[in-house]
Parts: sequence; structure tokens; C-alpha cells
Amino acid sequence: MARSDVQLMLDVKAGDEQSFALLLQRYRSPLVNFLYRMVRNREQAEDLAQEVFIRVYRARAEYVPSAKFTTWLFRIATNLALNSLRDTRHQRMEMSLDAPVSADAEDGDERTLDVADKHPDIEQHLVEEARKGMIRHAIDKLPEKQRAAVLLHKYQELDYGEIAKILACSESALKSLLFRAYETLRVELAPLVSGAK
Amino acid sequence: MSCGRMEKQMMPYVDGRLKVSERREVETHLATCPACRVRVTEFRAVSGLLDELPQIEPSGAFDARVRARVAAEPVKQSWWAVFAPSPRAAFAASMLLLATIWIGSRPGNVNTNNVGSNGTAAQAIDPNDLPVLENYDILANFEPLTELPQPVQSDEPDDSDSNQSM
Repeated sequence: MARSDVQLMLDVKAGDEQSFALLLQRYRSPLVNFLYRMVRNREQAEDLAQEVFIRVYRARAEYVPSAKFTTWLFRIATNLALNSLRDTRHQRMEMSLDAPVSADAEDGDERTLDVADKHPDIEQHLVEEARKGMIRHAIDKLPEKQRAAVLLHKYQELDYGEIAKILACSESALKSLLFRAYETLRVELAPLVSGAK
Repeated sequence: MSCGRMEKQMMPYVDGRLKVSERREVETHLATCPACRVRVTEFRAVSGLLDELPQIEPSGAFDARVRARVAAEPVKQSWWAVFAPSPRAAFAASMLLLATIWIGSRPGNVNTNNVGSNGTAAQAIDPNDLPVLENYDILANFEPLTELPQPVQSDEPDDSDSNQSM
């Protein structure tokens, strides 16, 4: 039977390095994805995810299972992401002004559209990429805390209590935050929403 | 229920995370409010659109970089660890302690300094040592020995033992 996150963390606390490797394996992908969607830069997302794991490792001696492991993990990740966004806000504004017209590839690189792309159905591919780009752009436009709430709710499938603890707000405030975020997304994605209904 | 109250119930309703009683309350409101009905439908559509974004995989070097950073972390020891000896040192210390206790508890090992005020040094002497004492008394009172000249004190250290051993 697979050991729970809390048990693994307690084993790490007791000096079992192998348990840390299991936690890394379990959460590397969710963390990198969450951070990538927060900061929109793959390299930066991986650096931040590394920092999350290092902080977890450093805190192992003081670890007390008072809350769910994921709450603690994503709280560290969210704080790091929000700090990073705040620190690089000026830089990102400069980049967005200079950015070329491009399709925002999911691999994190800004890839310019190439009509000579050897895709079997280039038109369909372009439509799909434009659609994904629009969704990503709508998420990016959300205020940072709303974006974090949407990502934790939608992609990490954490319950409201956990997300509220991660974002240091009440459950009631979180529900309002999510409502406002989805209202913004509904407006931003109106052309796609009407087609999806 | 008002549209204002629906604000906090809408996402949990879309998620299907409401209690039965709360869900019924929301559905009663939706039956009479077209605006909230449209909103619920569109929130579901937005949720579906968010599912379209693919996941990314961490780069191949990610795990190795984390492991390298973990390995570079200084070993953190609690202050108790300062007193935690290695197994060999612990074994040696235990043996030393046991030996001390054993030697101290031997019946023949009586410290004359610990003899009480009513006792004498003779009372503290083990009976097994009596033959030696008897020999000492004999030699101490042996008259021919008193006539022997006193040994000459030499400044040079006596190396006869070392010569013998060679």
C-alpha cells in the first residue's frame, strides 16, 4: 500500500532520503505545471519548483502534520510564485510591449507561427493553437490571487478549505474570488464559451 | 435565495460540491432566475475550456537538479546530536563504565581512605593480604638487615631494567 504524503514526510523527518525521492516523484509534475501557469515561463517555473522542494527538505526537522501535506506544499509554491511575479512585474511589462506576434506554445517557448510547419492539417492546428493561446491569455489576465485560486481549484482539485488556507483567506472569500475569476474568464472567452455551450 | 447569495454558491454548485439541501436551494433559485441560469451554463463551459490546456512535463534534468541541491544542503543536526557519539565510541564508553563498576564492586578493593573514624587501617585490610603483611613484619624487625650499609643514591637513572630486557 502506498504511504500517505504525511507518512512520507515523517519518514523524511526521521532521515529516510528515499521518502523524499518519492515525494519528489509524486509532486514534481503538479508543482511545475501550477508554477508554469502562474509565471508563464518554463525555466522560471522549474527553478521555483526546485526551491519549493528544497524548502520542504529544509523544514523536515520541524515538520508537524497539523495540515494536509498538499496545503503546505502549495502554500509554499503560491507564495514563491506571487513573490516572483511581484519581483519581475516590471520586466514582464517591458517584454509584453516588445513581444512579437506569436503562438504561445505549451512547451514554454514563444514559438512564432510557421506556415511551412509540416503539420498534416495546418489550418486545424493553427485554430487549436489560437484557441489555447486565447485561454492561456485569459488566465494570464486574471489578478494574481484569482489566478492562483483558479489553478488550484481547477487543476489541483483541492477542496475549498485547503485552497482558502493556501491563499490565507476564508472559504467564503475564496468562493467570491472564484466567482469573480470565472466571471472575468466568461467575458474574456465569450467567443469560445458561446461555441462550447 | 437572492442573486447576491448565489455568488458564493455558484462555483460549489458547478463543481457538485454542495450539500443536498444547499443544492436544492440553488436549483429553486435557478428555476426562477434566467440570468443565474445562463451564468451557471457559461461557468461550466469555461471550466471545460480550461480542461483543454495540456500538461507540461518537467525537463529531464529537473529531478537531478533537485537531488544535487538536496545533497549540497548542510547536514542539520540538533544540539542533542552533539552528545550522540558514534556506535564505536558508545560501545567503548559502555565498556569503560562497566569495567569501572566491576572494579569498584570487587570485595578486595577497599579504599583505606573510606575507613570510618572508629575503624583502623588494619580493619580495612583484606585477610588474604595477611601473609604479605606477616612477611613485612618479619623483614622490618630482622636485625641483620639493619646492619647493612644504606644504598648509595645515584644521580644517573638506573637503566639496569632496560639492559636486562635487551
